[in-house]
Amino acid sequence: MTATRDKFGRPIVVVTGMGVVTSLGAGKSDNWTKLCAGESGIRTITRFPTDGLKTTMAGTVDFLPTRPTSSTDLAERLADLATEEAVTQAGIGSKGDFPGPLFLAVAPVEVEWPQRQELARATGANSDINYDTLLRVCGGGNFTAYHRRFQFGSVADHLVDTFGTKGSPISLSTACASGATAIQLGVEAIRRGEADAALCVATDGSVNPEALIRFSLLSALSTHNDPPQAAVRPFAKNRDGFVMAEGAGALVLESYEAATARGAEILGIVAGCGELADSFHRTRSSPDGKPIVGCVRNALSDAGITSDQIDYINAHGTGTPENDKMEYLGISTVFGERAKQIPVSSNKSMVGHTLSAAGAVEAVFSLLTLEHQRIPPTINYDVPDPAIPFDVVPNKARDAKVTAVMSNSFGFGGQNASLILTLEPV
Amino acid sequence: MTETKSAATPVEAWITGIGIATSLGEGPDANWDALLQRRINVDEKGFAPYIVHPLAPLTFDAQIPKKGDQRQMEAWQRIGTYAAGLALDSAGVKGNKDILSRMDMIVAAGGGERDLNVDSAILSSADHGASPPSLLNERLMNDLRPTLFLAQLSNLLAGNIAIVHGVTGSSRTFMGEEEAGVDAARIALARIAAGQSDIALIGAAHNGERKDMLMLYEFGDFNLKDKHAPVWAREQHSGFALGSAGVFLVIESKAHAQARGAKPYARLSNVVADQVRRKRPGEVTASLDNLWSKLGKLDSGAIITGATGAEPATSEERAFLGKHREFPVRATGTAFGHNVETQFPLGIGLAALAIARGSLFPPNDSSGLEIEMSGAPTQIVVIGAGHWRGEGMALVEAIT
Repeated sequence: MTATRDKFGRPIVVVTGMGVVTSLGAGKSDNWTKLCAGESGIRTITRFPTDGLKTTMAGTVDFLPTRPTSSTDLAERLADLATEEAVTQAGIGSKGDFPGPLFLAVAPVEVEWPQRQELARATGANSDINYDTLLRVCGGGNFTAYHRRFQFGSVADHLVDTFGTKGSPISLSTACASGATAIQLGVEAIRRGEADAALCVATDGSVNPEALIRFSLLSALSTHNDPPQAAVRPFAKNRDGFVMAEGAGALVLESYEAATARGAEILGIVAGCGELADSFHRTRSSPDGKPIVGCVRNALSDAGITSDQIDYINAHGTGTPENDKMEYLGISTVFGERAKQIPVSSNKSMVGHTLSAAGAVEAVFSLLTLEHQRIPPTINYDVPDPAIPFDVVPNKARDAKVTAVMSNSFGFGGQNASLILTLEPV
Repeated sequence: MTETKSAATPVEAWITGIGIATSLGEGPDANWDALLQRRINVDEKGFAPYIVHPLAPLTFDAQIPKKGDQRQMEAWQRIGTYAAGLALDSAGVKGNKDILSRMDMIVAAGGGERDLNVDSAILSSADHGASPPSLLNERLMNDLRPTLFLAQLSNLLAGNIAIVHGVTGSSRTFMGEEEAGVDAARIALARIAAGQSDIALIGAAHNGERKDMLMLYEFGDFNLKDKHAPVWAREQHSGFALGSAGVFLVIESKAHAQARGAKPYARLSNVVADQVRRKRPGEVTASLDNLWSKLGKLDSGAIITGATGAEPATSEERAFLGKHREFPVRATGTAFGHNVETQFPLGIGLAALAIARGSLFPPNDSSGLEIEMSGAPTQIVVIGAGHWRGEGMALVEAIT
């Protein structure tokens, strides 16, 4: 039975189902085709007026049949789509009866402007509206649905209801590393033997005026509005920020033993997970890069492999001046001279930064890279940054032999998480 | 953290640090004394008709020395960062870089305070800020403080704890109201028990003096109004009074604690959780029955519950408690208010204190459900049934 356990004696964790939605489209097939064609999903925002905003584009998901009423509402629908695809592919359990826990990466939830304005209208007043005025109309059953919608656990609650996961679902946020953390929690649960299967989902539908303005006020967003497709420029000298985007990724994780016992097709292995927090600053990485270095090393050591065995890095690669510089520092510290040879590409150059969803979306893309033996490019790479001498797989996808991928996610609040994904057990 | 061992038998986990700052005061002694005196701190006027438990005055400088750090936080983050510092002090690991750099952290969090003045000004403008379309954008661009976002982000309580106290082994933030607090304890314990972690800081913070938070619960008619009453005496006027509290706990493996000579308060023996659909009457009671059966062998002891006062969950929990009358019950909501994510860590903290001090605090209940307990508790079950979703239980035991 040793074949079902890794070199540390832990159950090997495999992926048997994957689903993805981004601004490029719904489903793995559509996304993969467009990623490899170097298409951008970034577009000028039409969902709300952008008058007066410095950034007017995003990777919105606008192809759903009905308009969402809030970011949380959209996040829920994206999670539904991705999860349905993943669970269907895995062929696990039965409809509405997933045999394991849910780990959900989701953006923080709050009442948004359309609801606040609706409450203001309900007060009947035209001026002097404050929270006391609003509070007088909130109760009495007129807005019960908003209590349900704006609970932080509401998206998870819906997924439990729809897919029948077991136990207490965990909703989590580690900012832009959330998707990777959701996967890590699933891996840990299976390694502990608590579960044979786990559903790891990450979703984000955050493109609304206030969210855009919040990031804009932190000077984090690109203002290359025209053309929007050329806005995200990871690792390029003329990069100027990230672009907000929406999407969801879902993975069905199983123990190798359970997956093979039921004859499931194994799509890849989650060989290792690493994390390390940064105490330097709320939005900036420690200038010495130590937390990123430590995070990457933790992932390698958790997988029991060395950096030599990694043959592709799916970068965090947001396109902010700071992130890309720090990611190079971290990778080059661990990989040494190999940092200049190993392919490092950023899916975000095409789909934008799906924030809470990014870690899972990019894990799906990393596994597709392993499956197709083809590396999606970093587009909009026309002006190389001499300070970042990565092979970014510029502008055109490339066939390559890929057996082990490192996928990095870093976020505000000192969040760092890395995953090691492989074709075969290591 | 990397797993270097595979635990064939579960590793024993001890509670070695308790940080508590509430409406009743700061630290175990002040809170314990208040409980002994049956003191309750409520504000029935400031947010009338709603009742909230205001935070007792704290000297934030004592745990967050840099004013610049304090300015970067809203109240909920300051409360939490403060309580986390107390917990690290209590465990004797404050400033111990070796331990803090590998300490795992799980924070249960909601979101931060909004700028009520900005919101009010926008809603008071023509057409409630909806028209002309550019108005909302313009006001938000001009009026939102750039750093407010960071004070609102759920994971930035953990971020601030990392910055101020240097806890950096890992940082995870769980969301989802009451159950986030249960799951923070559950996952930290599971990781320690399995050898995936040696030492963890878990906890949460809640600021009840927030009209935006009252609004969220008012949508569901959950706020207690007009007059404070014990949790068990709210059948005619159900609901909860929001509380203000930060509670953090240091949990570590027995071996890790012994190696550094740490004195434990109690053992965290088990944490279990579930989330039933609550579509039919009796489901909460049945869920609690089920969790109780999974806790382990229960001889005698007490129950500390975070029962909210919201219906029907509280009545269903009362039906469950009726089956275990030999266990004296204490509802933390009466004295501390409802602190949502923080209520379960609060319950574990009080259970550990009761065990360490060799007595349970007295009843504070006019309904008669809470009864006196004589003797020292050796087992305390902590219950956390969410006002809307989620059920959890922990078993805290004396170390013999």
